Amino acid sequence: MVIYGTAILSGCLLGGYFLGKWMGNLVGIESDLGSVGIAMLLLIGTCGLLQKYGRLKPPTESGILFWSSIYIPVVVAMSACQDAYKAISSGWVAIIAGFATVALSFVIVGIMSRLPYSEHAADEK
Amino acid sequence: MIPSILDTFTAVLDKNGLLLAFSIVGLTVWLAYWVSERLTFGRIHGSAIAIAIGLAAASLGGWLTGGKNGVADLPVLAGVGLMGGTMFRDLSIVATAFGVQFHELVKSGFIGIVSLLLGLLLSFAAGGAIAVVFGYRDAPSITTIGAGAATYIVGPITGTAVHASSDVLTLSVATGLVKAILVMVLTPWLAPSIGLNNPRSAMIFGGVMGTNSGVMAGLAATNPKLVPYGAMTATFYTGMGCLLGPSVFFWIVRSIVGS
Repeated sequence: MVIYGTAILSGCLLGGYFLGKWMGNLVGIESDLGSVGIAMLLLIGTCGLLQKYGRLKPPTESGILFWSSIYIPVVVAMSACQDAYKAISSGWVAIIAGFATVALSFVIVGIMSRLPYSEHAADEK
Repeated sequence: MIPSILDTFTAVLDKNGLLLAFSIVGLTVWLAYWVSERLTFGRIHGSAIAIAIGLAAASLGGWLTGGKNGVADLPVLAGVGLMGGTMFRDLSIVATAFGVQFHELVKSGFIGIVSLLLGLLLSFAAGGAIAVVFGYRDAPSITTIGAGAATYIVGPITGTAVHASSDVLTLSVATGLVKAILVMVLTPWLAPSIGLNNPRSAMIFGGVMGTNSGVMAGLAATNPKLVPYGAMTATFYTGMGCLLGPSVFFWIVRSIVGS
């Protein structure tokens, strides 16, 4: 049943929201700590387990895959709901500060993604 | 009295905002892919164009209504707000993790954490430095604008905690918005030159940039396969920022500027 997949997905997101919020409270911040990331790990774990025991049938999968394939339109809707007018009309401090940060960040990503690495080094840490 | 056809039409649209949102977004995406294929010959990805149209519409919506939710503040387009809201967005983004290679996540876990801390430090430093250039000299203002350069959520949360003035809070939100929008627009253009083409660099990207909406939209327009990896690290960024902003970063700024 397709709904099984969507139910698993929703359950994982609820679990992620809960754990993220709880961890946020634990360290005393008014924000969640990684709820989406936690939900992703829950989903990967749950589906991995189900696959292992052959319980993840194609209809179940399609209940998850639909949502992942609707991702880009959802992001388009999200971008249409940004406070873009404020961003472009807020004056130079915000624009320059935002621009400087993004420029610097792109440079850092460029450098870091070119760093050589070995899987062994990653294991040690 | 029988309502006019126009009244009936608007009544149906008003009551079914989400359906209207799906239709409009679908049309937008179709238009964007058509433009991508026919006018740019595939050089600019369709989703990048769709996101740009979304942002343009959002600016127009903000200008028309004076609200802060883009087109969603127009009553007839409120459904777009639901479709692009946190719940739908998170549901579909978590779904992209289905099929993610778990060993890729583990393999890049360490560099992901490094990029997270480096990205936060960098944003605070860059935002704070610009604040100083523009004449802000007190620790709460510098820290808050620096926090806004992290994300538009870290900014006001940090600002409230360190008692910054309300115009500085607004400025920090605006800084975060500028960042998110720049990341959305620039990522597909810059991806080839920063080596953003594999799970590991996507995790670094998510950690350094941190702005959820920017990372998610930027990667979607670059290569949807990379989305879950970037989202994985970016999702910890705002929380970490809210943790470090009013504590460690405020302390550093205060020990430099003295008040």
